[in-house]
Amino acid sequence: MDNVFVYCEIEGTVVAEVSQELLTKGRKLADELGVELHAVVAGTGIRGAVESQILPYGVDKLFVFDGKDLFPYTSAPHTDILVNLFREEKPQICLMGATVIGRDLGPRVSSSLTSGLTADCTQLEIGDFDDVKTGKSYKNLLYQIRPAFGGNIVATIVNPDHRPQMATVRSGVMQKALYAGKARGEVVYPEVDRYVSPEANVVKVLDHHVEAARHNLKGASIVVSGGYGMGSKEGFQMLFDLAKVLHAEVGASRAAVDAGFCDADRQIGQTGVTVHPKVYIACGISGQIQHIAGMQDSSIIISVNSDPDAPINKIADYVIVGTVEEVIPKLIKYYKKNSK
Amino acid sequence: MTLKIVVLAKQVPDTRNVGKDAMTAEGTVNRAALPAIFNPDDLNALEQALRLKEQHPGSTVAILTMGPPRAGEIIRQGLYRGADTGYLLTDRLFAGADTLATSYALATAIRKIGGVDLVLGGRQAIDGDTAQVGPQVAEKLGMTQVTYAQEILDVKDGKATILRSIDGGVETVEAPLPLVVTVNGTAAPCRPQNVRLVMKYKWATCPSERPENDPHAALYAERPYLTLTQWTVADVDGDPSQCGFAGSPTRVKTVQNIVFQAKESKTLTASDADVEGLVQELISEKIIG
Repeated sequence: MDNVFVYCEIEGTVVAEVSQELLTKGRKLADELGVELHAVVAGTGIRGAVESQILPYGVDKLFVFDGKDLFPYTSAPHTDILVNLFREEKPQICLMGATVIGRDLGPRVSSSLTSGLTADCTQLEIGDFDDVKTGKSYKNLLYQIRPAFGGNIVATIVNPDHRPQMATVRSGVMQKALYAGKARGEVVYPEVDRYVSPEANVVKVLDHHVEAARHNLKGASIVVSGGYGMGSKEGFQMLFDLAKVLHAEVGASRAAVDAGFCDADRQIGQTGVTVHPKVYIACGISGQIQHIAGMQDSSIIISVNSDPDAPINKIADYVIVGTVEEVIPKLIKYYKKNSK
Repeated sequence: MTLKIVVLAKQVPDTRNVGKDAMTAEGTVNRAALPAIFNPDDLNALEQALRLKEQHPGSTVAILTMGPPRAGEIIRQGLYRGADTGYLLTDRLFAGADTLATSYALATAIRKIGGVDLVLGGRQAIDGDTAQVGPQVAEKLGMTQVTYAQEILDVKDGKATILRSIDGGVETVEAPLPLVVTVNGTAAPCRPQNVRLVMKYKWATCPSERPENDPHAALYAERPYLTLTQWTVADVDGDPSQCGFAGSPTRVKTVQNIVFQAKESKTLTASDADVEGLVQELISEKIIG
């Protein structure tokens, strides 16, 4: 009872990185609350393949559900597993990735258990809450902190009376780290039929096609990113040239993605990828709050913008006032000249 | 087969176009400064519904929205594009709802409408970006759900075939009706308003939108389709304890305006000397290279 649970998502027999990031966060929360970290994973043919990808992040107990029809993921069987497991285990917190799977599963589970769920949290903390309306005080709740209103405000949400307190977190927002402390590392293999109703397999996956990510934005040490100011899809190509010489990855603002300059999987910001590179070069990006939310932790920020008053310049270490057409070729030229 | 389709639509503040006056000096949101619009993803859902209606003659599309009386505007915008009718859930008891209480209210209304084959909605609304209401409505109704739909490819023999976009790929699934589907904003855009339909439904209103001594009263008596259905909690046999603030497990503890820490920055020109100087500095400090 009262433990912290993380739902681990898989593709085949590979555990998603976001789940490992959440295990690390979950471990910290469990330590702070003085409870155990439990993990749950469900798939087909995963026994023996997933344990070593989950336990090293400080898991005290891992529930592995291995059965047919549990991969590819569909809503109903995974919902059955979590709902019935949580009725037995009564966790106080449940975390899952704010992925397509997590955002399909989380709300269904929360509705079934009538528990609160907060999507896309950017911070999770433990703290107290005084409800001014009822006058009740609560100790050690999960603060679920997330941007709202298009990223213009940050709200701290709590679930005072319902358990588990559920939250989803996007990939890359938390950082994964192997656990140095001691965790129990118990693994159990519950009987799937005890948890999943026979009617659950109603959705048939006719075709499932997933490609490995075409980029490693999340882990890149240098990110070159473009906004609407790149002008066109052709103009945006300059960033790939710059990225190539700098061994960087290319990102984009939502405006650039919406304008069709670049694919949506490169979008950086509150509704895209969160990055923490050593150097972030923002080209033709004005700096809407929702974009800044995804890159503000970069060590060094360079802004290339023809507008000296662009909002992003406020958080930049270096501001180059000039057009991208002029500055980017110069960056390429002088990097080539000076790097050898 | 004919289909009875309900499209969930939300009137939202246009958070994508937040102007300078959108935030007050105290750091709260000035809702009045943001135009109220049809939630973008919900328009994509409406388009999928209208296509199904065309493919299956005799099918109907109804807009279901929850909000203050002015949200009747969302129903009209749906009618202008080809929806057949609309329902507005409006009641003070619905106020302050989080996603769970919202889903409860919408689910009770769908049950009241009755015999619904397909519930379509946008993947998420731009004011909350939670993507939770679709799956929660499905759970409350005990219906199957398919989220992140890109296109409804086919509906026949009581089953829908749907193309979904998933993380890093695509998936095609087959799911039985009745079904809740949430549609991505990258799905086919919604058709524009049809002039003929705008003329037809221009005066369509919910009773609470109408002024006293309404000049169009005679018109409403003559054309019943201009009176949009408006429901309270009691009308949909709702349990007030599960609606609005009372039915919401989440509480907002605090709300803060975002203030980014301004840094001391070095401003350079686009001159060769400035750009080369910066590159040299970054290389010599081993920041790049």
